Amino acid sequence: MVKYQEERLNRTFAALVDPTRRSILARLERDGEASVSELARPFAIKLPAVMKHLDVLDDAELITRSKMGRTVTVRLNPGPMKAAMDWLRRYERFWSKSLDRLAAYAEHKEVESRRRDR
Amino acid sequence: MTSLTLVRRIKARPSIVFDALTTPEGIACWWGPDDGPVLLAETDVRAGGRFKVRFRMLDGSEHESGGEYLEVVKPRRLAMSWRWADGEDPGESLLEFDLRAIPEGTELTLTHSRLHSEETRRSHEEGWNGALDKLERHFLTVPAEIRDSEAP
Repeated sequence: MVKYQEERLNRTFAALVDPTRRSILARLERDGEASVSELARPFAIKLPAVMKHLDVLDDAELITRSKMGRTVTVRLNPGPMKAAMDWLRRYERFWSKSLDRLAAYAEHKEVESRRRDR
Repeated sequence: MTSLTLVRRIKARPSIVFDALTTPEGIACWWGPDDGPVLLAETDVRAGGRFKVRFRMLDGSEHESGGEYLEVVKPRRLAMSWRWADGEDPGESLLEFDLRAIPEGTELTLTHSRLHSEETRRSHEEGWNGALDKLERHFLTVPAEIRDSEAP
């Protein structure tokens, strides 16, 4: 299970390395869904290159594609992104909670030591 | 590369905060993500010395992390390597505490960096650095309903 999650995180991060792929995801976050040609429009690259990026995002399970007639609709799949963020937030929670208690402990020690010095 | 920075103002002088960070008695009182107990704390506070902390969370799971002190400048700075003993996250990260005296006590800056470093080495793709930072910035702007919803 841990191994699987690790591989999935790796795939998520690898997919997010590329700025074109990040901006495709940003567009999908904003609009919910878009056709392949709509996604390709802002970029100065050819459609096959966009298709390649979509394949990478699809492999990383960051998007889903569905075909209706001649139109392919692309949607964001937020699960893996959420997993990547959860992973980061785990560290944030760890340190945030730890530092709360560290502060309380040190402040208590400070009061004790002042009492002793009096 | 992925890093986390937290700043706290503490109403205690730097030497007291430094002791809280480095003594086993101190660590036992604060280390961990919830109110579960610290089971073991060992520190050899000098450059090249090692530390090890084991704690139990309220859900009953036990976790251990340890590493090596890289810089020990009492009461101003502490840098150490960090690794989970159970391989939860593989690879070694870097943990730094900087303490600055301020009128009300101490300003503590914690930086945990080089997170996910194993994956960084494994991935030979260029431009990897900062991808997660960008992801975070990016993702924080996403409406809550997208962030919280499960995959369809």
